[in-house]
Amino acid sequence: MNRIEIDNDFCKGCHLCIAVCPQEVLEISKVRSGKGYLVPRVARVDDCTGCLQCEMTCPDLSITVIHDKGKKEADHA
Amino acid sequence: MHPLAEKMLRKSALPSIYCPGCGHGTVLNSFLRAVEKLGIYENMALVGGIGCSGWTPVFINTDTIHSLHGRAIAMATGLKLAQPKRKVVVFSGDGDCVAIGGNHFIHAARRNIDLTVVMLNNNIYGMTGGQVAPTTPYQARTQTSPRGNPEQPFDACELARAAGATYIARWTTAQPAQMAKAMREAIEHKGFSFVETVVQCPTQAGRYMYGTSSAVKLYEMLKDNSVKASKAGELTPEELTGKIVVGRLLQKTDRPEFTEGVYGLSDAKGA
Amino acid sequence: MNKNIEIVQGNEACVRGALAAGCRFFAGYPITPATEIAELMALMLPDHDGAFVQMEDELGSINAVVGAAWGGMKACTATTGPGFSLMQEGIGYAAMTETPCVIINVQRGGPATGQPTMSSQQDVMQAKYGSHGDYEIIALCPSSVQEGFELTVKAFNLAERFRVPVVVLSDEIVGHTREKLRIPESVEVTPRTAPMAPPQEYQMYKVGPDGLLDGMPQVGQGYNILVESQAHGEDGNRKGNDIVTCARVIEHLCAKITDHAQELTDIVTLDCEDAEVLVVAYGSVVRSAKHAVRLAREQGIKAGLVQLRILWPFPDEALSRLAASASKVVVPEMNIGKISREVQRVLGGQVKVVSLPALGGELHTPQKIISELGS
Ligand SMILES: Cc1ncc(C[n+]2csc(CCOP(=O)(O)OP(=O)(O)O)c2C)c(N)n1
Ligand code: SF4
Ligand code: SF4
Ligand code: SF4
Ligand SMILES: [Mg+2]
Repeated sequence: MNRIEIDNDFCKGCHLCIAVCPQEVLEISKVRSGKGYLVPRVARVDDCTGCLQCEMTCPDLSITVIHDKGKKEADHA
Repeated sequence: MHPLAEKMLRKSALPSIYCPGCGHGTVLNSFLRAVEKLGIYENMALVGGIGCSGWTPVFINTDTIHSLHGRAIAMATGLKLAQPKRKVVVFSGDGDCVAIGGNHFIHAARRNIDLTVVMLNNNIYGMTGGQVAPTTPYQARTQTSPRGNPEQPFDACELARAAGATYIARWTTAQPAQMAKAMREAIEHKGFSFVETVVQCPTQAGRYMYGTSSAVKLYEMLKDNSVKASKAGELTPEELTGKIVVGRLLQKTDRPEFTEGVYGLSDAKGA
Repeated sequence: MNKNIEIVQGNEACVRGALAAGCRFFAGYPITPATEIAELMALMLPDHDGAFVQMEDELGSINAVVGAAWGGMKACTATTGPGFSLMQEGIGYAAMTETPCVIINVQRGGPATGQPTMSSQQDVMQAKYGSHGDYEIIALCPSSVQEGFELTVKAFNLAERFRVPVVVLSDEIVGHTREKLRIPESVEVTPRTAPMAPPQEYQMYKVGPDGLLDGMPQVGQGYNILVESQAHGEDGNRKGNDIVTCARVIEHLCAKITDHAQELTDIVTLDCEDAEVLVVAYGSVVRSAKHAVRLAREQGIKAGLVQLRILWPFPDEALSRLAASASKVVVPEMNIGKISREVQRVLGGQVKVVSLPALGGELHTPQKIISELGS
């Protein structure tokens, strides 16, 4: 199973990651970050294919997908 | 923070000045990926113009010059001539690059100097609060075109082509992987390379021009309006109106590079 | 003739001086009467492993110079009035970011296109105040071909020491006069030195006890430099809204020059010891002022000459000292009387200051100056 980390300190709650995920893995949470942004949460991690769309789109580099096999960066670098 | 950000961002300059959902951030993201894959983190220097876009290299912990409005390419020209072996990348807004800095842009392309210019095109002046840019669509409403823009926009890629650039690509924030790949190709290319990144600006362009401040909606517009360069040929000019032609638009090697020319002069003289 | 002595024009002397001082980069745009500097740089730089580029305009020129300076090269440009005006934003950038560079302004008559082929000294205030905001620069005024060489060398050295844009305020007369240039066997050159602090501890804009910055890092040395034109803190990051930091930045930019005013005084005197009337002059006007003083002495007038080789910062202290026993000071200059106001500011309470302007491009005749000395 992939792991998805969201850094609430840098996330600005734009929700682009939610919109770009083809698997609807992410959703808006009820949690506000320290700066008052509504951060996303990982709702269906089992469905994550590790495509990195969310990670590559995030304007604040706040979401990281750690692939099952442990290597942090897939070939989309 | 993403590991690439952990490795390459200038922590003392964070958080970034970008509004939530600003496409400039996706360009930054793509650039870090390109740098990582090329392994050039230790061998680059960045120059930013003035505008929201011009801040992009300031957030990167490398040798960075945050220049004047419109002058990034001129400063980069001096820097590249002083350090010909270094990868020099310019980050410039659409206003910065093709309005106030337009002259340096076309002349750098004409010289085919080995620079990479990443133009962050949000079709507006973001930093100053949403005024018309030379990339703003005809008839679009902005703070200085409140009754509709009476001017025609530039196609910056065609401008670069006509001026003599030797690598040109355009992608939007809806194709971040391709954007990163184009940056890699551009940086590796010897000669003047130009990557136009079309980005959403929820705060200014979104609000005034596209009727929504939702980054997600603006992102979807970019995605829906993107047409692959390979397909664009099949469309009529009418069908292409409002579309964004994306892809690698030019790559050629038939023009000599400027810095090599400059440093070749002392040998050439004896010949 | 000694092989170290050549007959060259002032513009060439500036080029020779620049190269002797270690200049390896020139970016410029043709403009009369400065063009020969660009032409000679284009010819000579390649043999010094340097780079010449003719930019698309003077905005490009000054900014390319700044870029090259951070790339590790000693860099300069040359222009005159219209181009000097276009460069002002970039000169302010160099002042704010503490970028060493040299701008040679071979002054011609202005404003606007003005008098392309005629000399003037109309840009003396622009040299000091041309860019917006508060800052200080250094300006030197050669009066001969020899000084064109010497003061250009000095300009490069001061740029390095004070991390500041330095203006060589030449003029059309000096630029186009052909006379003897004695090239010294060796010249003293201030090298560009990397910061003492190692990269991990280095702060871009940390001011040392001498009021100056710690060395000049360049791109590629591992300092991860941030050259920032917004008002910045010591680490280089923007502090545009921080009143205390921004005030400190401006104070520093000014104080690093004004606090070294003594070191930055460069005055040559002629017959000042017992002088009752003094001529204060700079640049090409010094040429006829020298004649005037000699002729006046022959006529029994106790005249003396104070030549300001560094015009900015203005040598308040030295001037008051030299004028202590004079009763009258005459300031001939090829503008509406700009530096006479500075002299008035310094000596006003002490002696009578007379402005002697010359406009239209004609140099003062010695007689014109004498008639004011004798009256
Ligand atoms: C000489 C000068 N003129 C005007 C400005 C004000 N200004 C700052 S940013 C900007 C426009 C920025 O637009 P763009 O380059 O498209 O960048 P964006 O903010 O949209 O990313 C302007 C006009 C300036 N800083 N300097
Ligand atoms: S894209 Fe990034 S900044 Fe935006 S909500 Fe997702 S994690 Fe947060
Ligand atoms: S990696 Fe792909 S599938 Fe997984 S959360 Fe991100 S966008 Fe969705
Ligand atoms: S104003 Fe627009 S371009 Fe500027 S940071 Fe905000 S969203 Fe981005
Ligand atoms: Mg813009």
